[in-house]
Amino acid sequence: MAGPVISARELSLVFQTADAPVYALSKVNLEVEDGGFVSFIGPSGCGKTTLLRVIADLEQATSGSITVNGMTPREARLKRAYGYVFQAPALYPWRTVERNVGLPLEIMGLDHAAERIAKNLELVNLNGFEKKYPWQLSGGMQQRVSIARALAFDPKLLLMDEPFGALDEIVRDKLNQQLLELWDRTGKTVVFVTHSIPEAVFLSTRIVVMSPRPGRIIDVIETNLPKNRTLDIRETPEFLSLAHRVREGLKAGHSYED
Amino acid sequence: MSAAPAIAAKPVDREKGNAFPVTVVCLCILLAWYIAAIPMNWVIAGPKIEAAGGGLANVLAFSWNEARPVIPAPHQIARELWKSIFTVAPWMPKSLIYHGWVTLSSTLLGFVLGSLLGIALAIAIVHSKFLSKSLMPWIIASQTIPILAIAPMVIVVLGSVGFTGLVPKSLISMYLCFFPVTIGMVKGLTSPEAMQLDLMRTYHASTSQVLWKLRFPASVPFLFASLKVAVAIALTGAIVGELPTGAIAGIGARLLQGSYYGQTVQIWAALFMGSFLAAALVWLVGVLERVTLKRMGVRP
Repeated sequence: MAGPVISARELSLVFQTADAPVYALSKVNLEVEDGGFVSFIGPSGCGKTTLLRVIADLEQATSGSITVNGMTPREARLKRAYGYVFQAPALYPWRTVERNVGLPLEIMGLDHAAERIAKNLELVNLNGFEKKYPWQLSGGMQQRVSIARALAFDPKLLLMDEPFGALDEIVRDKLNQQLLELWDRTGKTVVFVTHSIPEAVFLSTRIVVMSPRPGRIIDVIETNLPKNRTLDIRETPEFLSLAHRVREGLKAGHSYED
Repeated sequence: MSAAPAIAAKPVDREKGNAFPVTVVCLCILLAWYIAAIPMNWVIAGPKIEAAGGGLANVLAFSWNEARPVIPAPHQIARELWKSIFTVAPWMPKSLIYHGWVTLSSTLLGFVLGSLLGIALAIAIVHSKFLSKSLMPWIIASQTIPILAIAPMVIVVLGSVGFTGLVPKSLISMYLCFFPVTIGMVKGLTSPEAMQLDLMRTYHASTSQVLWKLRFPASVPFLFASLKVAVAIALTGAIVGELPTGAIAGIGARLLQGSYYGQTVQIWAALFMGSFLAAALVWLVGVLERVTLKRMGVRP
């Protein structure tokens, strides 16, 4: 497809609260290219999740413009342009793994459900767990089910909101590696929200550093790390200098009043 | 995997270990009951005891075996229950099975109607702010009016247009039992987390898909909690509905006849029959709950 998958111009979002308005996003300009892996990183309150939710049409911007696949976010949502992975797995506890993954297929009335479910469970290495209920799985496995669910209807765009934030470091490393392989195999465009510097640097083709009050973009870093990287790359000078630049960006944007 | 020794934790049996405390409490109640029956029945039994020459044996013999005592002794109620359940054909008007069935049938009809009404109201309330604001005060107001005030009017008005027997009684059950179902289901239908709802939004799911695939399954535990309350008060409603017209059948009718003729033993037997029924109904809903939740894969 020609043109960027996501394009935001002077995008702002103001929440009206009882005492004072909160500037969640302030004049954000952003482009996400087809097939890219873009991370939003920043401290809490910097608007990274809000920006993702605006892309997903779960929030509406108050000014500026944004397009997703050349459409408004609402049109893109109605066309089911993206799969969304939340901070928590948000699985439906009364559904087995396969029926959770099949949920979007049921709702959208798509056929070949069995094959799609099998293919996506294989992508997240969960074959054999089809008949399990969510409570029978570990937190990491549950989040992998939710990734398979987001991919089930084969959207070209994957929006991920701190999907591994609640998991321990070891599981997170493993899932980062798996996600990278998955991205490589499927060629999806991924927008990924995180507050972990190593995670952002390891996964991304581009890192968007954000800062709070008002939520804004303060740096955009192209990473250019080799495509077939493993977790070992985190020891290399290239990786460390990228991580350093992200850290400096976060530091510069951070106000020390609080 | 190698054959590791099975160290699976034994599931905790919550029923187990209940028998002893329950028995002790029952025995204490029985004891207190027997003791209390002596002074309470003294008005009737006293003269007879004195005429027989007093003594503990006479005290016990008379005050626990009066035909129309102020309070019957437990064994009298047990004997009456036995007699009216097992020695009479179940279709005879002397049988408590017969009266129990009459009350039970209108209880069940009212329970089903009331539950459906309760669920329907909850669905309407959850989907419309307008309905929520306009209906809720009326629903709550409906329960502030004593059922004893409404029941005679309902029975008499419906009776005057030709509805008698089962239907008016079950309407009273329905009137009582839709309320906990509505309240429970409003809570249940709004119980899904924001993320689970957002997920449906990202799929562009329709309102009815959100209802049937998310809200309704999420509300099932709330539904059963409400149904347990509802089924018990549906029975109360049916009994109350049998009182005002002097119905000839049903547990309520049995209570009424007993009080007309001072048949306290019969009243107490009918009361016990009513509580057995209520306990059985609540237990049945509990079984249904366990089966349903198990089928839904809920963590045991």
